[in-house]
Amino acid sequence: MEELSRAIVLAGSAIGAGIAMIAGLGPGIGEGFAAGKALEAIGRQPEAKSDITSTMILGIALSETTGIYSFIIALLLVMVNPLIGRL
Amino acid sequence: MEVNGAKIIYQNDWFFLSGSVVTTWIVMAVITLLCIFLTRNLKVHPTGKRQVIAEFLVNAANNLVKNNMGERFSYYAPLAAAVLAISVCSSLSSLLGAFPPTGDFSTVLGWALVIFTLITYWKIKASGFGGYLKGYLQPVAVLLPINIISEAMTPMSMAFRHFGNIASGMIISMLVYSALGALSSTVLGAIPGAVGQLLQNVPIFQVGIPAILSVYFDLFSSCIQAFIFCMLMMVNIKLASEG
Repeated sequence: MEELSRAIVLAGSAIGAGIAMIAGLGPGIGEGFAAGKALEAIGRQPEAKSDITSTMILGIALSETTGIYSFIIALLLVMVNPLIGRL
Repeated sequence: MEVNGAKIIYQNDWFFLSGSVVTTWIVMAVITLLCIFLTRNLKVHPTGKRQVIAEFLVNAANNLVKNNMGERFSYYAPLAAAVLAISVCSSLSSLLGAFPPTGDFSTVLGWALVIFTLITYWKIKASGFGGYLKGYLQPVAVLLPINIISEAMTPMSMAFRHFGNIASGMIISMLVYSALGALSSTVLGAIPGAVGQLLQNVPIFQVGIPAILSVYFDLFSSCIQAFIFCMLMMVNIKLASEG
């Protein structure tokens, strides 16, 4: 019985980690959109390229935060297994 | 495949010394020695390459701070340069085989808390202690818990961002590395006879291919994350000082 409940918790943690990483979709779409807009801006004003690039990188890094949060949740679920202690 | 944190070098009942702390000390010593080496006997008209490099680095740091924080904060250039240097060097120490200190959450959380203290100092200086406390009740008093959470998330998100990027790079490299090992043992094990038996244990695909990933995850990601960490510090301090 002990073995079975442990297995169920481990399986749940693995599935949860997989579901958490679906959040990687959001930053991907958002960053691609930001990079596309930056390309448009550079096309319109090539002389402002360095300014646009540094602003774009900062914005991309900020919007990456949600993806990083989901990655950390997935990492905790797989590596640390905090739910095993709740048995 | 096993993913581990930093190695614990020394441990007793009330104290432990992790490998990332020792790596940070080494990085700090290297940066200090580099600074001393670059700035020895400076001349008004530079004659050697050493001084040209030093002047280039100092100018770059000064321009970065002036462009992002304005003339008023130009004395923050040493702090920004220090944050950039220690972050880049810590992340790049993984190229030498050490566990990168930035892949350890405690290290980056420490840096983020130092920066958070500075941000809070500027907030209090800009609007007074009463005004700072009143800021938590804006725009309506009901939002107090949410304001406290968003304030606490500033250092947390800075630390998580840096740690998450470096740690995810490490884990992905490790996954690819073990997958390539399994692939080479399967492919070479398919060769019939004694040759296959012999070659099965030679991880031939692990040679060279992970280096391509390493260019992105170690070189590019380390430098970009250091830049972003420094940039967020400057932007946050500037916003805080404007009240």
